[in-house]
Amino acid sequence: MQDSKSPLSDRLSAPAGAGSSFGELRLDGVSRSFGSAVALAGLTMTVRRGEFVTLLGHSGCGKTTALNCVAGLLPLTSGTVWLDDRRIDVLRPEERGFGMVFQNYALFPHMTVRRNTGFGLAMRRLPRDEIRRRVGEVLDLVKLSAHADKLPGQLSGGQQQRVAIARAIVVQPPLVLMDEPLSNLDASLRLEMRTELKRIHRELGRSTIYVTHDQDEALSLSDRIVMLQDGRVQQIATPEDIYARPATIDVARFMGYRNLFELDVASVDGDWANVAGKGIALRGLRRGEIGRRAVVAIRPNDLVLDGGSEGGIVGRVEIVEYCGREYIVDLITDAGTMLQARSAQRVAPGDVLRCHASADRVLIYPVASGAA
Amino acid sequence: MAGSVAKSTVWIAGQNAGVDRTVLLVVPGVLFVILLFIYPFLYGLGLSFTPKEGGFAANYAKFFSTPYLSQTIWTTLSLAIPATVINVGFALPLAFHLRHASRPQRIISGLLVVPITLGTVLVAEGLLTYLGPQGWFNRALIEFGLINTPVKLTHNYWGVLMSLVVTGFPFDFLLILSYITGIDPALAQAAATLGAGPIQRFRQIYLPLLAPGLAVVFCLAFVLSFSVFPSAILLGNPASSTRVITIAAYQAAYEDYDYSLASAIAMIMCAVQLVIVAVVLSIRGLFYRGPAGGAKG
Ligand SMILES: Nc1ncnc2c1ncn2[C@@H]1O[C@H](COP(=O)(O)OP(=O)(O)OP(=O)(O)O)[C@@H](O)[C@H]1O
Ligand SMILES: [Mg+2]
Repeated sequence: MQDSKSPLSDRLSAPAGAGSSFGELRLDGVSRSFGSAVALAGLTMTVRRGEFVTLLGHSGCGKTTALNCVAGLLPLTSGTVWLDDRRIDVLRPEERGFGMVFQNYALFPHMTVRRNTGFGLAMRRLPRDEIRRRVGEVLDLVKLSAHADKLPGQLSGGQQQRVAIARAIVVQPPLVLMDEPLSNLDASLRLEMRTELKRIHRELGRSTIYVTHDQDEALSLSDRIVMLQDGRVQQIATPEDIYARPATIDVARFMGYRNLFELDVASVDGDWANVAGKGIALRGLRRGEIGRRAVVAIRPNDLVLDGGSEGGIVGRVEIVEYCGREYIVDLITDAGTMLQARSAQRVAPGDVLRCHASADRVLIYPVASGAA
Repeated sequence: MAGSVAKSTVWIAGQNAGVDRTVLLVVPGVLFVILLFIYPFLYGLGLSFTPKEGGFAANYAKFFSTPYLSQTIWTTLSLAIPATVINVGFALPLAFHLRHASRPQRIISGLLVVPITLGTVLVAEGLLTYLGPQGWFNRALIEFGLINTPVKLTHNYWGVLMSLVVTGFPFDFLLILSYITGIDPALAQAAATLGAGPIQRFRQIYLPLLAPGLAVVFCLAFVLSFSVFPSAILLGNPASSTRVITIAAYQAAYEDYDYSLASAIAMIMCAVQLVIVAVVLSIRGLFYRGPAGGAKG
């Protein structure tokens, strides 16, 4: 997707091993079970050249399992993995040549930053001079040149993470796999490293599969997001789509649609539907075939306390939190439904106010098992 | 009241000096070591310098000028070093192979604990019959037509070596296994994704991280083998080929009643062990010795 002819990628794209570039990686029904427990059920997806794809989902949904299956660290129970028209799920990890950034970094504790970074090149038996040059370049890229002769134990968490990234990308892998590389970092460092990852990806244009359970991270980094739950794909879409149009109620809940409640369906016209009940009347976008009842999903951000006189939802203010530009307000309706909305002005607990959501920000889902 | 005030002052003073009160917990241990190790050691050292006759170093002069005595150092080393090398050399690949928690790992570890609990004397007696001229081992070889007359494996060097291997191996295996399982398997996985095959993973990742532990195992195994006594008598030829240094010390003490010479021999034994241990540990100093898990943030 990105222009891979930036000056930096020119300098770093020294002669690499066979298969260093590819058209697309294809996972076809990749499954993995542990005993009777299914960790990953039929993952089918493609990663195109230069694309940044994120696996997103709750803890335990099978993200690491999927990544390990691609890397060759975990045999598949069924399914196949293809690199263009070459079947690679039968290859050992050392034959695949993918770069992997482990969740806990897995830096070699007995090797200096320089040797850690050059390990993959040394395994490929490149000449000493070339290893030195490429390690020097990649350490510049991740801004670690000053620490090249330290051991991993002498580095901060963020520095270790950059060594892990440098070690994975210096071999010019066709595909980089990253397993929650930012999860061990504090909030500010996480933001900084996120930008760093974005920069590295833009400069090198490497295809990347990234694993995270942090929706902000996924939204800001990815070209496409694969939403997983209990080992199953829920949705594969661009960040914009997954944010604005979650495919299922579970994805919506994960993506921060905190106002979820079940109502009666009043009417359906095309993509739109009107729902009512519990003293609420709303119009919204229909997501899937709905019956007599449906679940409504609205983000707190899209539900605005505007003091209007009719329609929308009426509720009594319970809690008001100031969060910078505006206020987040917890409301309760007469029928006892809890809501979260935003307000531009300060309101007082106990006030009874009306809030509205524009129809294209209201999503209406069929009632699913386990829906709120 | 006054007492408690004084105590807390001491405590605060201790804190200022950077001394943690938990350091006091080592006191019983230190006392124990002094009473059971340092004191007898110093007593023996003193005793060794008060010979029955001659100057203060007469015992040492006698030991090194009498081949019958000084020879025992080489006899012991020629048993202890091969036994240690064999044990560590076989325990390492086996433990490496069984590093993943699995059923075979548990079964083999369990089986290997048995010789440890049996003790050297029982093992020696077992080997005596098993390896003897009429034992299964020789009979089997004769049955298969591999040999005509029984090979002599008892009452000589080989019998003692064998018993050192049998009693030492499980110990080394279990120690090495615990070192290996302490190495984060993600390190080898990371090496694999970077293109390292099994041999390179062993040489580049496991071996350097294991080396310090191996050195410690080697020292322990060596010290245990060096003080071989029961099997050297039961399975060996204590008059000549397996006349190890402990036998010399025993004879000096309980046959000649020369406690002073016996103490000197014990001191020499101690010195030889210290030299070997020092050499091995100084090699260990060349390796990385930090935690073997992945470094955490
Ligand atoms: N070696 C294993 N043996 C048995 N079950 C396993 C094993 N590894 C993973 N699982 C199970 O498979 C499921 C998926 O695990 P996985 O590690 O892929 O989750 P994850 O999405 O990476 O979670 P997290 O975000 O917490 O890292 C979990 O329910 C887990 O308990
Ligand atoms: Mg995981």
